[in-house]
Amino acid sequence: MSFAKMELGGRDQIMAKLVLSPTFLAAVFFIYGFILWTVWLSLTRSTILPSNHFIGLANYHDLFGSSRWWRSLINLGIFGGLYIFISMGVGLGLAILLDQRIKGERLFQVIFLYPMALSAVVTGVAWRWLLDPGFGMQAIVRSWGFPHFTFAWIDNPKMAIYTVVIAAVWQTSGFMMAIFLAGLRGVSTDIVKAAQIDGASTLRIYQRVILPSLAPTFFVALVLTVGLAVKSFGLIIALTGGGPGYSTNVPSIFMYVFSFQRGEMGVGAASALVMLIIMMIFAVPFLYLDSRRQA
Amino acid sequence: MHTKEFLRPGRFLLYGLLSLGALFFLLPFYVMLVTAFKTMPEIYSSGILALPSHLNFSAWQHAWSSATIGAASEGIHGYFLNSFILVIPAVIISTAFGAFNGYVLTHWRFRGSNAFFYALLLGTIIPFQIVLLPMAWVEGKMGIAGTLIPGLMLVHVIYGLAFTTLFFRNYYVGIPHDLVKAARVDGAGFFRIFFRIMLPVSTPIIMVTAIWQFTMIWNNFLFGVVFTQGGQQPVTVAINDLVDTVTSVHMWNVDMAAATFAALPTLVVYLIAGKYFVRGLTAGAVKG
Repeated sequence: MSFAKMELGGRDQIMAKLVLSPTFLAAVFFIYGFILWTVWLSLTRSTILPSNHFIGLANYHDLFGSSRWWRSLINLGIFGGLYIFISMGVGLGLAILLDQRIKGERLFQVIFLYPMALSAVVTGVAWRWLLDPGFGMQAIVRSWGFPHFTFAWIDNPKMAIYTVVIAAVWQTSGFMMAIFLAGLRGVSTDIVKAAQIDGASTLRIYQRVILPSLAPTFFVALVLTVGLAVKSFGLIIALTGGGPGYSTNVPSIFMYVFSFQRGEMGVGAASALVMLIIMMIFAVPFLYLDSRRQA
Repeated sequence: MHTKEFLRPGRFLLYGLLSLGALFFLLPFYVMLVTAFKTMPEIYSSGILALPSHLNFSAWQHAWSSATIGAASEGIHGYFLNSFILVIPAVIISTAFGAFNGYVLTHWRFRGSNAFFYALLLGTIIPFQIVLLPMAWVEGKMGIAGTLIPGLMLVHVIYGLAFTTLFFRNYYVGIPHDLVKAARVDGAGFFRIFFRIMLPVSTPIIMVTAIWQFTMIWNNFLFGVVFTQGGQQPVTVAINDLVDTVTSVHMWNVDMAAATFAALPTLVVYLIAGKYFVRGLTAGAVKG
């Protein structure tokens, strides 16, 4: 009897492994295998078709010798830095405001967060319209009686990258609000009450008690926004097309253009690897801390 | 947490700031909508903020059935349909795998299953550029390059697995293992336990996962632009083509109508089931 039961349990255990196996194989092949494959491609003379002709770091030499790549990296730095800082700031600000027993809190949340449900392409198209000098905000303000008002960043190679910041902040600040609001609601009320009894001002309570205890939330928000910044693609394509010129190129656009339009697969693979490394620099400490917290 | 005193004299300011925020978030969509209901001459004369003098549906019609995208002038309706044809099987398959994976990873653990779960999480972090080139090559070898089904669907299923597995794993970990043990003692097997014990309590996480996958796949642009061509493309790629197509006069009203069409499905899901959408965002985020 018990032997039969063990047999049965054993069969179930095999079934469990069998059920998991497609995902296991997919992870091994399509995630880890493909990452290694891309690393290999970046070391070969692959152009339109993959080649196994090993050329060492020549693609990386080409990549970092390309002014377009440097433009892309610098843009990611400018866009990413501002976007991360502003969207977290706006998100935290809205979360604190919403955490004051607000009537209609639910409605405000729905409004702040809906851009997150839209495609980045839709966001890009909408903001392209709003930022168009002939019709958008410049035209609106001019029609209010300021005929010399100028706001034509989207056509200006020096300023266009900042329009990407505006659109990206618009799309994801509500997400940051949701993250920070969840964090704020998790702060122990006992500590806050104790501080209130001690006569601390509300500002001080936020400064000294609430915000410090949100440190893990800040870290989560940082990793998320870094990910969103590095992966930004459809938004920029739809908003500026990477232009004017190369002025709003970022690594994701560079990778796409070199890999799929210019037939320089080796350089494209190298740029993809740099993107992965940038992402991992931020994600690895997070995963490490997270696994320690759960253990 | 609530601090009652905060800004009490400034309740007005508080609501003022929140309303200003709401205005900032609503404005682009408002402008999209009113633009789509105007004619181009009306846009020139009244500006982009004004309400349309009357509801003009010609831009909507044009965007839906006759705007030029790529080589054809049939509007976005075919691409809109493509996105549905893509998203429905992709969501069902990736969610089903996620459910079974989560079940195995919590109640049928074996040596290395936890390590596998953490290894799989890499799939939720990587920029997908790192897999595009090999994937394009493999799809080419399989003879499914450029296709919506199965080509693009397969990509979305594969790269959705890490997310769906994460969601279900973190949900099923909260279901008492004693329930499973008791069922096993009663002679219930792997699938019987799943269908009788797990599935009946899974509605919330199925909602979260399905809505997450629906939103991600519908809104995706990168995979669509890399892995499909011509008439096989999803709606996001078509919108970008439409807006990019240079004609003598840029038809902004048509662009906005098309973009609104593309936005509607996910927006409707968000308005109906926003609770689950937010839970997916924060769960995927905080536990990832």
